[in-house]
Amino acid sequence: MTLSVDDVKCVANLARIEISEEESKQVLTQLSGIFSLIEQMQAVDTSHIEPMSHAQDMIQRLREDVVIESDQHVLFQSIAPQVEAGLYLVPKVIE
Amino acid sequence: MLNASLKQLAAQLLEKKISSVELTEVFLKHIRSLNPELNAFITINEEMSLAQAQVADKMIASGQTHPLTGIPVAQKDIFCAKGWLTTCGSKMLSNFISPYDATIIERFNQVGAVNIGKTNMDEFAMGSSNETSYYGPVKNPWDTLAVPGGSSGGSACAVAARMAPAATATDTGGSIRQPAALCGISGIKPTYGLVSRYGMIAFASSLDQGGPMAKSAEDLALLLNVMTGFDARDSTSLQREPEDYARDLDKPLGQLRIGLPKEYFAKGMSASVASAVEAAIAELRKLGATTVEISLPNTQLSIPVYYVLAPAEASSNLSRFDGVRYGYRASDYTDLEDMYKKTRAQGFGAEVKRRILIGTYVLSHGYYDAYYLQAQKLRRLIASDFTEAFKQCDVIMGPTSPAVAFNLGEKSGDPLQMYLSDIYTSAANLAGLPAMSIPAGFGDKNRPVGLHIVGNYFREAQMLNIAHQYQQVTDWHVRAPARLPEA
Repeated sequence: MTLSVDDVKCVANLARIEISEEESKQVLTQLSGIFSLIEQMQAVDTSHIEPMSHAQDMIQRLREDVVIESDQHVLFQSIAPQVEAGLYLVPKVIE
Repeated sequence: MLNASLKQLAAQLLEKKISSVELTEVFLKHIRSLNPELNAFITINEEMSLAQAQVADKMIASGQTHPLTGIPVAQKDIFCAKGWLTTCGSKMLSNFISPYDATIIERFNQVGAVNIGKTNMDEFAMGSSNETSYYGPVKNPWDTLAVPGGSSGGSACAVAARMAPAATATDTGGSIRQPAALCGISGIKPTYGLVSRYGMIAFASSLDQGGPMAKSAEDLALLLNVMTGFDARDSTSLQREPEDYARDLDKPLGQLRIGLPKEYFAKGMSASVASAVEAAIAELRKLGATTVEISLPNTQLSIPVYYVLAPAEASSNLSRFDGVRYGYRASDYTDLEDMYKKTRAQGFGAEVKRRILIGTYVLSHGYYDAYYLQAQKLRRLIASDFTEAFKQCDVIMGPTSPAVAFNLGEKSGDPLQMYLSDIYTSAANLAGLPAMSIPAGFGDKNRPVGLHIVGNYFREAQMLNIAHQYQQVTDWHVRAPARLPEA
């Protein structure tokens, strides 16, 4: 498949990464090379193969419905940039 | 002292020939002397290390000992350690001091091991050369023009340069084994699920696995005994009876059947690597092993499959770094979305952004089936290749890396070439199999070569036995870079 600069910009937007015009051209060259390698996968008929999403076939383990964590908000907030009255202060992003 | 095995160090501590505080000071001094040149460590905190050593000395004095009590261990900076800067080699986490311990850090603390420092690594463990770290490249102690391998290059360099007797590492596509090979040390990636991933900063969750690096297989066994075990906090942790991984070290190899995949010995491998690996296998034959040619027909697909699945998982795992909750945040932005985009553009390096973009693309509507689903199906084919192969042999061997360590900067402009460094290692991650690398001589430019051993599920003790027996009749694992003290 052939990628375009617009594809790169679209993917960068989906990934929430700002990308300049110049960067997108550079990334396009590198991604095109990587996708040409990835294209090798298409030659194999996998119509009768079950996908393997994980290295171990296991069922989701559930823990007992009991409290195991203690309140550590003071410790966790000690590394926060801004805290007030036990709350995290975040930048204003909505006018 | 710097070249001693873990067993020798433990004996000296137990016999009170040296205290843990003195031992820790010896290694800290060596780190202070070499780190400015090699850049193996991101963080050293002498005060915290020595405080742990004092606790260890009290444990020894009171008779509460373990083979690792009082022994300095370097920790890859991917593991959260309470009170320690934990950057994962990134700008994004350059200000993150962890408020909690990863499970493996907790386990080392419980037995009284000493955290000697946090080792350098490729940013978010993405790289095969340790050149993508925000904190600068690590240099190979055998030849400072060369890379140490990645992403656990800092840990490999620390052990090879004798800055630590052992180190922790992680392996998503070969990041324990490839740097171990390129730095001439031993490293093992256990079966997926044996070592807890709790507190290990996630790259690709279905592939990531922690493991140890050390000089010898015997040392690896002692470290694995501490690192493995069920952890309720990791939903992928396996519930199994504890094992003593050192139990079979002294067993003769007997009728060991070694499988040699014809695809691993085909074109692409350097002649000097081939020659060292063949010599190592000849040595194992002398110890009683037999060899059989096997086939892993989907070997060539392992890199494309890996570079779909790992970036897909990474794009999801790294979505949490958006400037809101913790880590780096851009200072100038217009609105919420602009803050996300600028934070991620400025906070991530080129390789991480590249992989996030690949992952976002292969998971996007219209491409999911063609790339991600197809890769998951091929992953099963690759795993099936191993299942078939293990009907004919006990272990599989070959080179760990197709060539010796390349020069710094040699491949950094060509990600595709860099990705091919993991051609022999990534399949074991896709299948979840245990695999290790041990020193097997020297190749071009007198740089180290690694022998790759892939075992069946949960056969770590058998693999360590083979490696230990090989290390009883060879001395590659005790050699250290000549310019280092006590080498």
